[in-house]
Amino acid sequence: MSVAARAASLLVAFVVVAGLGVFVALYYVGGASALPMVHYTASGGQVNVALQEDPQNNSASKPDWVSYYVQDPGNSQWVHTTLFSVPANTKVNVTIYGYDGCTPLRNNFFSQVQGTIGNTVTVSQFDQHGKEYVSDQRTSVVNAWANCNVGHTFAIPGMNLYVPVASPNAQLSANNLCSSSPCTPSGNPYAKETFSFMSPAQGGVFRWQCLVPCGGGFLDGNGGPMQTLGYMMGEMDVVSS
Amino acid sequence: MTTTTATTEPAAEPSHGRRLFGLWLILALAADLVIWFVWKPHLPPGDMSYSAQHQQTDIAVLAVSAAPVIIFVLLYFIYSIVVWRARPGDDGDGEPIYGNTKVQASWIIGTTIIVLWLFVFGTVELAGTAGAGAGEGPAPIWKLAGATSATWTPGGKTLLEVQVIGQQWTWTFRYPQFGGMESTELMLPVNTPVEFHVTSLDVIHSFWAYQLGVKADANPGVDNVAYTTARSLGSVTVRCSELCGIWHGAMFNYGHVVTASAFGSWADGVQSREKTDGVLTALPTFALTYDPTVIPQLGKALVTIDGITGAAGDYYPPGDPVQP
Repeated sequence: MSVAARAASLLVAFVVVAGLGVFVALYYVGGASALPMVHYTASGGQVNVALQEDPQNNSASKPDWVSYYVQDPGNSQWVHTTLFSVPANTKVNVTIYGYDGCTPLRNNFFSQVQGTIGNTVTVSQFDQHGKEYVSDQRTSVVNAWANCNVGHTFAIPGMNLYVPVASPNAQLSANNLCSSSPCTPSGNPYAKETFSFMSPAQGGVFRWQCLVPCGGGFLDGNGGPMQTLGYMMGEMDVVSS
Repeated sequence: MTTTTATTEPAAEPSHGRRLFGLWLILALAADLVIWFVWKPHLPPGDMSYSAQHQQTDIAVLAVSAAPVIIFVLLYFIYSIVVWRARPGDDGDGEPIYGNTKVQASWIIGTTIIVLWLFVFGTVELAGTAGAGAGEGPAPIWKLAGATSATWTPGGKTLLEVQVIGQQWTWTFRYPQFGGMESTELMLPVNTPVEFHVTSLDVIHSFWAYQLGVKADANPGVDNVAYTTARSLGSVTVRCSELCGIWHGAMFNYGHVVTASAFGSWADGVQSREKTDGVLTALPTFALTYDPTVIPQLGKALVTIDGITGAAGDYYPPGDPVQP
């Protein structure tokens, strides 16, 4: 075989292998991260974000993983994603519906509400009949050391925002937690927590996560849903106008 | 008839050794002066703390030591190519080499001196700077001068103790001498000896306070001690330098070196808030293990604290999360 023919063969082989690699990367890796993004737009200088955390989810692959959902402001549907965007330099009012039971914090320091306006949250708790047994309790701490009432946390470390999210009282509800996601208030005990914070003045991507080791069955509770976008960790895109 | 033959004497071989030595001396001296006076002030990690300042000096000293060696090797290499290259028409063999005791002895003595110098210098720098800002494990050999005490007052000789706690993917800083108060911000007073106790709640992290020149592994259940003393005010970048999961790259925040009085005010504020919130009573002043299953009300009667009723459930059975 001539030198030219050998060189041509090598080139063709290289292109085939490289093309295969690019295809695999785009098809699998690119496809895997195709989570929907929920966009929130401001009205009157404010934006209302609604999240819920469920004991399970409606995915086909990991239905038993604990998971967050984001509510689409357009149609009020709950989207199984943890990506959402908010405008920059805007007051963000967050409502989190906690349907999952309590999960003790590893570090009780995160019982303290940090980074919200006033460093407080407002908590309401409902039983499975819709009865509100705790109404609009404003607090700077959700006690996770003497009691078991933190379900998860919503934390944006890059903004020093750390919010413990209360869980519903399962004993009042005879341990009947929501078992079908996305959860609805009807027939399920839940906690409703509201708080506000100012989005950063500049745009950027801010990761958020749960700091409770709630990946049950994984090493130190930090695997699985804790390490997977779309479950207990996500990104908040801050969009500059 | 007489014939005259003209004989040409070969040109006298110059002293290559002297030439090389002269060139080497000039270049090495120039390089070392540039390294010490021009490069050193810009070398990482700066001079914000005494440990960082020593690291900067160490890197400069190593560079000053290495430069003459590198220059000698490169100079000899280039000199050989230029001076002893094969000329056109020169097909002869080179002179046979049977060894050169002087060269061999110089090489052995020179490299021995360099290695021993580095050993002695490194040891002195490690011991004289209380571990050079590196984690020394739970029982440090080289300690920073200063007394340890249950309390800390500005301007005193007491070491300020800071427990650094790594957790996927954030750092918190606990101050045992302030009742165990905790913060997501690293705040340090200037000109104060600091004793870091680095640990982790989950996987292996590594506490890297870049401008302070402090780097210590954060292992679960291990108290890794490191020392430093900040010598100027400013901001500190705290990073994780051990691959610890998907958001390892985002595990960073910023700390501040402030005046002793500013630190005192900040600490009073944090301590006061955590005392009011009750969190201070829940935080051990110093602990290496954190058992999330130890909650008095877990599985017991329903109680209401701070107006919120606890689940009193049992969703987190002992043994979960799974421990290695």
